[in-house]
Amino acid sequence: MLGKLDWSAIPFDQPIPLIAGGVVLVGILAVLAWVVVKGHLPYLWHEWITSVDHKRIGVMYILLASVMLLRGGSDAIMMRIQQAVAYQSQGYLPPEHYNQIFSAHGTIMIFFVAMPFVIGLMNLIVPLQLGVRDVAFPTLNSVGFWLTATGALLVNLSLVIGEFARTGWLAFPPLSELSYSPGVGVDYYAWSLQISGVGTLVAGINLVTTVLKLRTKGMNYLRMPMFCWTTLASNLLIVAAFPILTATLAMLLLDRYLGFHFFTNEAGGNVMMFMNLIWAWGHPEVYILVLPAFGIFSEVVSTFSGKALFGYRSMVLATMAICVISFMVWLHHFFTMGAGPDVNAIFGIASMIIAIPTGVKIYNWLFTMYGGRIRFETPMLWSIGFMVTFIIGGLTGVLVAVPPADFILHNSMFLVAHFHNVIIGGVLFGAFAGFEYWFPKAFGFRLNDRWGKLAFWFTFLGFYVTFIPLYVAGMLGMTRRMQHYDVAAWRPWMLVAAVGMAVLTIGVICQIVQIVVSIRNREALRDRTGDPWDGRSLEWATSSPPPVFNFAFNPDVRGEDAYWDMKAHAKQQSLDHDTPEYQDIEMPRNSPTGFVCAFFATVMGFALIWHIWWMVILGGIGAFATFVVFAWRDHDEYVIPADEVAAIDRVNLEERRNLVSMAGTV
Amino acid sequence: MNLLDPQGPVAAANSTILVDSVFIMLAIVVPTIIAILAFAFWFRASNPKAKFQPDFVYSGRVEMVVWAIPALTVILLGGVAWIGSHQLDPAAPVPGTGSPVRIQAVSLDWKWLFIYPDQRIATVNTLTVPAGAELNFQLTSSSVMNTFFIPQLGSMIYTMNGMVTKLNLRADNEGKLQGLSAHFSGDGFPDMMFDVNVVSPLAFPEWVATTAKSDAVLNEDSYKKLMQQGIEKGRPTYRLDDPRLFDLIATQHIPPGPGPELASEAGRSHSGGHDAR
Repeated sequence: MLGKLDWSAIPFDQPIPLIAGGVVLVGILAVLAWVVVKGHLPYLWHEWITSVDHKRIGVMYILLASVMLLRGGSDAIMMRIQQAVAYQSQGYLPPEHYNQIFSAHGTIMIFFVAMPFVIGLMNLIVPLQLGVRDVAFPTLNSVGFWLTATGALLVNLSLVIGEFARTGWLAFPPLSELSYSPGVGVDYYAWSLQISGVGTLVAGINLVTTVLKLRTKGMNYLRMPMFCWTTLASNLLIVAAFPILTATLAMLLLDRYLGFHFFTNEAGGNVMMFMNLIWAWGHPEVYILVLPAFGIFSEVVSTFSGKALFGYRSMVLATMAICVISFMVWLHHFFTMGAGPDVNAIFGIASMIIAIPTGVKIYNWLFTMYGGRIRFETPMLWSIGFMVTFIIGGLTGVLVAVPPADFILHNSMFLVAHFHNVIIGGVLFGAFAGFEYWFPKAFGFRLNDRWGKLAFWFTFLGFYVTFIPLYVAGMLGMTRRMQHYDVAAWRPWMLVAAVGMAVLTIGVICQIVQIVVSIRNREALRDRTGDPWDGRSLEWATSSPPPVFNFAFNPDVRGEDAYWDMKAHAKQQSLDHDTPEYQDIEMPRNSPTGFVCAFFATVMGFALIWHIWWMVILGGIGAFATFVVFAWRDHDEYVIPADEVAAIDRVNLEERRNLVSMAGTV
Repeated sequence: MNLLDPQGPVAAANSTILVDSVFIMLAIVVPTIIAILAFAFWFRASNPKAKFQPDFVYSGRVEMVVWAIPALTVILLGGVAWIGSHQLDPAAPVPGTGSPVRIQAVSLDWKWLFIYPDQRIATVNTLTVPAGAELNFQLTSSSVMNTFFIPQLGSMIYTMNGMVTKLNLRADNEGKLQGLSAHFSGDGFPDMMFDVNVVSPLAFPEWVATTAKSDAVLNEDSYKKLMQQGIEKGRPTYRLDDPRLFDLIATQHIPPGPGPELASEAGRSHSGGHDAR
């Protein structure tokens, strides 16, 4: 009846996951109870869960990423403590637990923190920057989000029901094959990523279409803000790369479920094929993450320097160059597999070539600051912190792209330090910069900058104290994923890294305090004009938070930095006070399709993991039926009457005019 | 295990390339970091002396320089990579004194088996080699992937079941080194460290002779026992019964290692040994 599932799936003998799971469960139930008792359920359902508004979906993506960041961060803390204490001893985590933790940490941080964070920011901001009212496929957007949430839910479920993969975050066969990993861990891993991978793919299709097909009047390609360009590049990579991941994991699942032999030792399976396929997705993946971050830094550096982005066309070229070349370098992840010197050298050089456009980006940000009037608001601090940190990560990255150097650094703690250097220093700093920068746009009030700056300094410092020691440990021959070790030379560095982790944790606590403090002081931090930073692109041309229709009129774009242009014109010509003629606006209806579909996907995923076949069929039929019902819908839009549009818009227009006239008198 | 304290020519070349590459890059990275901090500081909004140039948004000369600097660096490093890859190809022999020593390494769950086919001996978790001699390794795995790595001798290489990889090294100085697996291979992975004894060319034959007197014999049967999952704390040595043992493993005439015992694991990891239906 329940397949492989029985009471032995609950780890009663392991207190750590049980207590952690229990606390989370109580937390979720408490929040649910509060929501129901306070009568917020209808609000949540109508305004958020079924919402197809790109801004709401963006916020939910970021919320998911933030929650999962705490989970992935807890894993990181546990690993750092384990490696600090497990010198000539077993530490406090047995191998079967420690191995789950580092696998879960990698999986969660990439798929359920970095991905939803950048996709959330793109969802929230790109339609606003393009001057349009929504994304190309609003309901599909909601489906994509909820499928991602399904994946995250399944990963967390593995904490208390069964186990997670003990194979590392890429589940290399043959270790991940049934014969060496007979448990459900790898199945949890694979099905979570299959389901959330579909979600990511539809998000990618949606955003590519949005950028290509939905731009406001006059917004041609070479007038798009840099964030839109990097969004386009990143989502093109998603569309091209995620099917590879899906196919690779499908092959692994066929091996595990139906006795196929794609990657097994026996019957002609080939593990090298898996290596190639997974990295053919995996390397573009890092650019999928970092390109949007580059876009965020471009916006932030330009805004807070009070200048347009230096060398805009050069930046566009660099972005698209990275997009293309990132598909030609995957082999550098396994120089040590014994390919010949020609192959290794060619892929090594190709990998270095990516450093050229990346370097160009750094220099263009540098010259954007040159001759600027730099305001050191929190997003700008993250950006400068990024530039310094990312260059160091780039240096070590090019170093491991030199095959003979990689022969002694591959899979070492040096490598671990390198990719954290670029992912924390690049993607996470970018996500935080974007979070601080666009928070007022999403919620209508700024974040407290004192706590924001504290969070930056603790994270920045904590990063170096944690990861410089890991570079050193790598130079001392330490490899990654060691549950315990006997080498005395490694010990001090592991202790320093644990201290660094504590500093990083303080940084995260500062972020949380910042959000709480800002919510409590939201009236004082209120952004009434919609343009708190003296911004340059169109997202600042509407109120904060924007109305559901974003813009009462489609903005007319006459050049780069569209909103800066409008402000400059408004100051020169005395303000025109003629009343514009408002029109009815059609917006897409809310739809529970995404939520219901993800519910059935969760049921199906869980059933597949535990071999509960009747439930698989039930979930499959349910998910399919949801699509059929959606496909048969009669009304998918509703009309906001012109009067209502006028009422909403006039309030914002008034505030904005006050601002401009005040600026004029100064 | 310090990578910057190489004990053989391969490791010395690896670490030279590593250090050289770092310095080549530091030559542009350090000035860039200084420029970032300096520009950010000087052009702060509160500095009245900094000239505000909002229209400085394009300069052909600057663009040329910023594309040229990274490009030139990469051309230089690309040369290093190309030449280095060819000179340090793991499959290329490393000339040494005396006759070359052939070693066949097999990664097991979770220990290293070293077979000396010409000496008809084998060891577990300890590798003894003569100083100065050409060492040529053939490597495979009994089950999952691992990476054979002696940090102070240089270049690592993967071991994979059903396949043979090649690696050539040389140890120049007598002494004790350590090796390990650099690719995660399961619960016993951290215990896959092994000792490397580099002995004098004269002591090596003596060690071979002593080891050849070992009571334990390595043949297909004892190998199958050895490849069961488990950690080996000791340093067993064997007489080698059949010098073709490595080929039997690499060609899968001896089937891959069995993985965890299903019955004993069933309670903990839900292997599906008993289906409730």
